[in-house]
Amino acid sequence: MKTLEHTPRPGYFGPYGGRYVPETLMPPLLELENAYEGIMNSPQYRETLDELLRDYCGRRTPITLCDNLSRELGFRLFLKREDLLHTGAHKINNAIGQTLLAKMMGKTHVIAETGAGQHGVATATAAAKFGLRCTVFMGAKDAERQAPNVQRMKLLGARVIAVQNGSCTLKDAINEALRYWISHQHDTLYVFGTAAGPHPFPTIVRNLQSVIGRESIEQMKQQTGKLPDYVVACVGGGSNAIGMLHPFVPYDHVKLIGVEAGGTGEPGCEHSAAINLGKPGVLHGELTYLLQDEDGQILESSSISAGLDYPGVGPEHVYLHSIGRVHYGIAYDAEALSAFSRLSRTEGIIPALESSHALAWVFKHAADIPAGSDVLVNLSGRGDKDLAHALHYIPLD
Amino acid sequence: MNNTDTYAPVPPASEPLKARIRRTQAGGRPALIPFITAGFPTPITFWDTLAELDASGVDIIELGIPFSDPVADGPVIEAKSRASLAAGTTLQWVIDGLRQRRGQYQAELVLMGYTNPFMQYGIGRLARDCEELGIRGIIVPDLPLEESVIFRPELDARGVSLITLIGPNTTEERMRQYARYTRDYVYIVSVLGTTGGINNHVERMADTIRAARRAFDVPLALGFGLREPGQLDALPADARPDAAVIGTALLEHIEAHKPIADFFAPWVQA
Repeated sequence: MKTLEHTPRPGYFGPYGGRYVPETLMPPLLELENAYEGIMNSPQYRETLDELLRDYCGRRTPITLCDNLSRELGFRLFLKREDLLHTGAHKINNAIGQTLLAKMMGKTHVIAETGAGQHGVATATAAAKFGLRCTVFMGAKDAERQAPNVQRMKLLGARVIAVQNGSCTLKDAINEALRYWISHQHDTLYVFGTAAGPHPFPTIVRNLQSVIGRESIEQMKQQTGKLPDYVVACVGGGSNAIGMLHPFVPYDHVKLIGVEAGGTGEPGCEHSAAINLGKPGVLHGELTYLLQDEDGQILESSSISAGLDYPGVGPEHVYLHSIGRVHYGIAYDAEALSAFSRLSRTEGIIPALESSHALAWVFKHAADIPAGSDVLVNLSGRGDKDLAHALHYIPLD
Repeated sequence: MNNTDTYAPVPPASEPLKARIRRTQAGGRPALIPFITAGFPTPITFWDTLAELDASGVDIIELGIPFSDPVADGPVIEAKSRASLAAGTTLQWVIDGLRQRRGQYQAELVLMGYTNPFMQYGIGRLARDCEELGIRGIIVPDLPLEESVIFRPELDARGVSLITLIGPNTTEERMRQYARYTRDYVYIVSVLGTTGGINNHVERMADTIRAARRAFDVPLALGFGLREPGQLDALPADARPDAAVIGTALLEHIEAHKPIADFFAPWVQA
């Protein structure tokens, strides 16, 4: 195993990342960077976090061998079961870690952006546990589409602000949360939901989510005696994927796959495939790949899966793409829906539509995967939240 | 400081924006720096509005280049920015319009916009256009010191200033880091918030201005939340800025179809 020097300069992944923010946001970001280097490395933080992850969130999550699908596919398919975590997705790994950090920094209020509502629910949950106030910014369109998650957040004691600016979706919720943070930085910490945004968020979120990949390495060795041949995860902003893939990066023989959401796949359709179809630019404090027009205006993204619906992507993914270490593929809406049904019927596991994109890539490329391979997919969340939406498209009888 | 340490600032041949502010101050009042969103109120009426603004006796005009995700702006300017984008305003359109009207303005011109539209246009190309058209500076609210090396060399080569922006939470130590790279003037954001916010922290503001006086040797412009000259008079005598930036209040005034000269009358008399 060799070590890979990803980040010679803190906050940059190759040329990507950085901190493209108003000067008024520099002090809270520097304060957070100090806390990240100090508090997050302290034994007290680490022990508390480990205990919370185990006894409150339900770690470690199992790895399940899909025997029925494996027989059909000709290779072994394993799932990392982040769907079994408290609140139903990997988001809690990050939310609990950053909210604990906020508490130990002496902040009394956490804010978060949310698209589908999963990160909002996870942050509201962590804030309730630690007795902090919580405000969640959500695009007005998303708040309408994801009404049950708005109710969950409110039940957990959070204030939910429906953002009426711009396209009224996730990117506008992030803008509004950043603005709010500028004016409330003295008592408030922004709990960023994905491995994107200004430094140090991409690194903090990756480190908190890397528990997924670290556990997987240990469990695969225990269960199969070796590492898998393929590791696959879906990529929106990219937090579950970086958490799963990052610990595998030094193992050159393991093929790493990120799967972006391709939308309907019709020519000219809106999609969320920033790495495959975007180009470099600056949004939300980072230099990354973005969906944008020729004038540098950000385009609206689209996906059947609200959690992948974002016009940018975390900077470390762009870097891993640029050096060829991770292959970034695409799955379309219909392929994801088909994978959603197939896993439900053959294995009795209803996956989130986000995670269904990763499964769809595996099913689509099954013929190219050598027989006898081991394929590990990060099942980043459960699909209960998607039922109403997915069943518009899937006939049940 | 990793980034900026790799780039040594080039001393400017001249600082026309600084000279303009000093000249106006010598006449007994702070310089006036209005902000107007390009393409506002509409792309058709914008150029007449700009001419009217120029004729009202202002010193430096900040032309706002609209962006889809203006994180430093409040609701008024974001709404203008969106309307302007929807009407088709682009950086190219602004540059083309200024090229047709080269030499027509009494005021100095600077562009204010976010990193991404400038980056996609190409910073080398933008710097050449600015030099050709007499645009003296650009202001980029999401480009702090550490990242600014991506723009500085090409702007410096063409004599275009990248205006330093600081806020009430900027330490004097950080101001001194900026000072080495700062030319023409410093733009001080008066509130911890977005454009158009309320400024009611006079003491804190005064402390920021005093610190900036010690750290910088160029004029200080105060903005974000300014509506009337009385707000400057409320500051202690040793903590008054050299120039006032006025954005949101002016756009609201123009939107109400009131003559621009009326807006600036109390400022010019002050």
